[in-house]
Amino acid sequence: MSQVQKTIGDTLLKVEGISLSFGGVKALADISFEIKQHEILAIIGPNGAGKSSMLNVINGFYHPQEGTISYRGEARRRMRPHVAAKQGIARTFQNIALFKGMSTLDNIMTGRLLKMRRNFLWQALYWGPAQREETEHRTFIEKIIDFLEIQAIRKTPVGRLPYGLQKRVELGRALAMEPELLLLDEPMAGMNVEEKEDMCRFILDVNDEFGTTIALIEHDMGVVMDISDRVIVLDYGRKLADGAPDEVRADQHVIDAYLGVSHD
Amino acid sequence: MNDVVGPKSSQTTRQAPDGCDTFPKLLIHNAEKRGDLPAMREKDLGIWQSWTWREVLDQVRALACGMTALGLKRGDKVAIIGDNRPRLYWTMVAAQAVGGIPVPIYQDSVADEMAFVIDHAEARFAMAEDQEQIDKLLEIKDRCPKLEQVIFDDSRGMRHYRQDFLTEFDEVQSRGRAFDRDNPGFFDVEVAKAKGGDVSIYLYTSGTTGQPKGVVLSFENVIRTAQNGIDFEGLTADEEMLAYLPMAWVGDHIFSYGQSYCAGFCVSCPESSATVMHDLRELGPTYFFAPPRIFESILTTVMIRMEDASWLKRKMFHAFMAVARRCGVDILAGRPVPPGDRLLYALGGLLVYGPLKNTLGFSRIRLAYTAGEAIGPDIFDFYRALGINLKQLYGSTEASVFITIQPDGEIKPDTVGKPAPEVEIKIADNGEVLFKSPGVFLEYYKSPEATAETKSADGWVHTGDAGFLGDDGQLKIIDRAKDVGKLNDGSLFAPKFIENKLKFFPEIKEAVAFGDGRDHVAAFINIDLEAVGSWAERHGVPYGSYQELAALPEVYEIVREHVAQVNRDLSTDPHLASSQIKRFLILHKELDADDGELTRTRKVRRRIVADKYLPLIDGLYSDAERVHIDTEVTFEDGRKGRLSADLKIGAAETYEAEPLKRAS
Repeated sequence: MSQVQKTIGDTLLKVEGISLSFGGVKALADISFEIKQHEILAIIGPNGAGKSSMLNVINGFYHPQEGTISYRGEARRRMRPHVAAKQGIARTFQNIALFKGMSTLDNIMTGRLLKMRRNFLWQALYWGPAQREETEHRTFIEKIIDFLEIQAIRKTPVGRLPYGLQKRVELGRALAMEPELLLLDEPMAGMNVEEKEDMCRFILDVNDEFGTTIALIEHDMGVVMDISDRVIVLDYGRKLADGAPDEVRADQHVIDAYLGVSHD
Repeated sequence: MNDVVGPKSSQTTRQAPDGCDTFPKLLIHNAEKRGDLPAMREKDLGIWQSWTWREVLDQVRALACGMTALGLKRGDKVAIIGDNRPRLYWTMVAAQAVGGIPVPIYQDSVADEMAFVIDHAEARFAMAEDQEQIDKLLEIKDRCPKLEQVIFDDSRGMRHYRQDFLTEFDEVQSRGRAFDRDNPGFFDVEVAKAKGGDVSIYLYTSGTTGQPKGVVLSFENVIRTAQNGIDFEGLTADEEMLAYLPMAWVGDHIFSYGQSYCAGFCVSCPESSATVMHDLRELGPTYFFAPPRIFESILTTVMIRMEDASWLKRKMFHAFMAVARRCGVDILAGRPVPPGDRLLYALGGLLVYGPLKNTLGFSRIRLAYTAGEAIGPDIFDFYRALGINLKQLYGSTEASVFITIQPDGEIKPDTVGKPAPEVEIKIADNGEVLFKSPGVFLEYYKSPEATAETKSADGWVHTGDAGFLGDDGQLKIIDRAKDVGKLNDGSLFAPKFIENKLKFFPEIKEAVAFGDGRDHVAAFINIDLEAVGSWAERHGVPYGSYQELAALPEVYEIVREHVAQVNRDLSTDPHLASSQIKRFLILHKELDADDGELTRTRKVRRRIVADKYLPLIDGLYSDAERVHIDTEVTFEDGRKGRLSADLKIGAAETYEAEPLKRAS
């Protein structure tokens, strides 16, 4: 089959010398790496390695004591999540964070809020430009629903859905922001093989069709090695390795971190 | 007995509408006569999109010319693979317009099955719905040397497919529009070339044994049968229908294609196969077909949801359903009913039946058919009691569907009706049902022996089903003729008849009965995960998997009672009393089409099941109380695994045969 090689672009986000501690606990120590445009980057590491903390830092949820993050060449010292969102960084959470009582459609629609130009009053009136705007947004949402193949649960309250589908809805909400950089925190945790395969396909399709850059945390090594262009390994807040899946797999430090080292 | 029922000679030759003898001609006719009325709808991006007859003609014209530009020649076969989509229906008529022959293929076929049909039909073109089907086609392309061009409808995920034989649907149409400009009149000339007697379609039957066979139908077969159905039921251009059953199945071809083109009514395609129930409700069809298992699962869902409803609603539902069961069927049939009941029924209509039908999307149904398998009398009466005109019919691919239909006012749960217009029926000496009709197929493609076996020189077609005609002139089907066997004591053994009785219980999804050449009858049972799972939930019985649930002693007890009930019923019929089930077991896995145990239309493949589970059958006919089995299973993605289990064998009560009643 003639596969087209995908082109990975310039640096989209640059992390330099990030250190983060909570009291005496050092969660991240002097971490530096880059996320390049259009790539799928996986961040892996044992439990407590600082993976989620890293995403939270990129996302502006945590504020590192040291180091800088520059996004599209623009350095930022202190970042708020909503500013990150406005700049085009969207994320999903390890423990699903959806509005359980709201329908799939409404949940995904919330991802669109930042894109709405009319204020609350206009929307309450639902007339003229506000109505047009709502229709445009709804069309966009419907494309996501179609993309993620969740038409059948469009009107179902999210709390009634099985876990795998909730994860998909959460991805839908992140996509509704039309992000440039998508952060996925364990998108496949707790899924069965079939659900994982579906999710992999969606992630690859998002990356391919929309050109979205993706950084994801994942424990399933098979998945990571299959879909990512580059892998970063963290352990106890330090960066162990950074490279193509095959290089990382062969790296002695990584093998030691995962399998343990003999102490004699 | 050689009773022939039906017209001895065709009394009236029915004309296709305005002399149109092919579907492309009918399309042009509809575009002229009702050009601005909707012909097709599809729910896309959450909204029902529609195309008028004129727009459909425009689309089809562009597609037909486009396929010609790609090299389609008169007589070429076009494989069509995918869910019910307007564009796939248009491919059928577009192929027919330029002399091609559409060959729809079941969309859930695995690659091997697909390769067989495409290779056997010698398809040069294929129209695939999406990436999933394209991937299957690419996998088998080497085995189908005749296949040259592949067109795809949905371009999702297809960006990196660079094979030069792949073309996107829109691209084909834009080439077609250019071709049409350069060759004005080409389309109309090509359409005019075809005649009613020409081949219109190959429909491959899934077949309970062996490889599928390609049933060749002419335009006349399909159009005349469709028109007969329309006249018989008084269908009009105002009907609404949801096309959701496989396009490769003859029923869908007649109902959603043949009859739609002949009567001019609009056909709607669901958003996806998972949204059918939602779409049904939004659409509110007036004309509806579903196999018994769908009516069954709808009823099961209703019952389960009523169990979870509030106290008042549940009471009301049960009270008014009792009223409906008492008099609803009679009211629908127009028989006299006491005024008190009539009043209660009217009140029930307001409070229960109306809202329930609305929830199911059945509010506007004027005509609903079921066929393919026997339907449980309780299920059948449930829908009729609600005021839904549900009827049974009997048909086959070889007949272009209609063989018998139940006429209004003569509806019974255990018959399949009287011969359809222009159909003659007789019963052979071995009990097999034979028929003759204008819908009789031309041949099985490339297999003259099979054709000769099924269709006799004087035009009678063997259905392979055993049945008899009752005193009321209605046909009753008991089993496949070849499956009817004998027990060692010489008495009749009709496995399907017994299995159907078992399957009428909501907890039993599938059953396979054995007894031919044996001393007594034994059976495999498949439990229904939804019904039994719901029971387990309500009674706080924990289970981890289907296998675990199926092995619970409580579940065995439920099934044992049902088997005993079936035995009680069988004991009342002197011919069948010796067919009572002595021993049974509950299978640890669901019988599955992917494992070859069921056909794609979910009929049990008896021989395969018997071979595969031989140790279990031996267990049933021994004194063993448990039996071990190790089976291969196929997962949805095609990988294989092994499943082993230790199954318990249950014994059921049997009853003394009732003495023959003396005629009084």
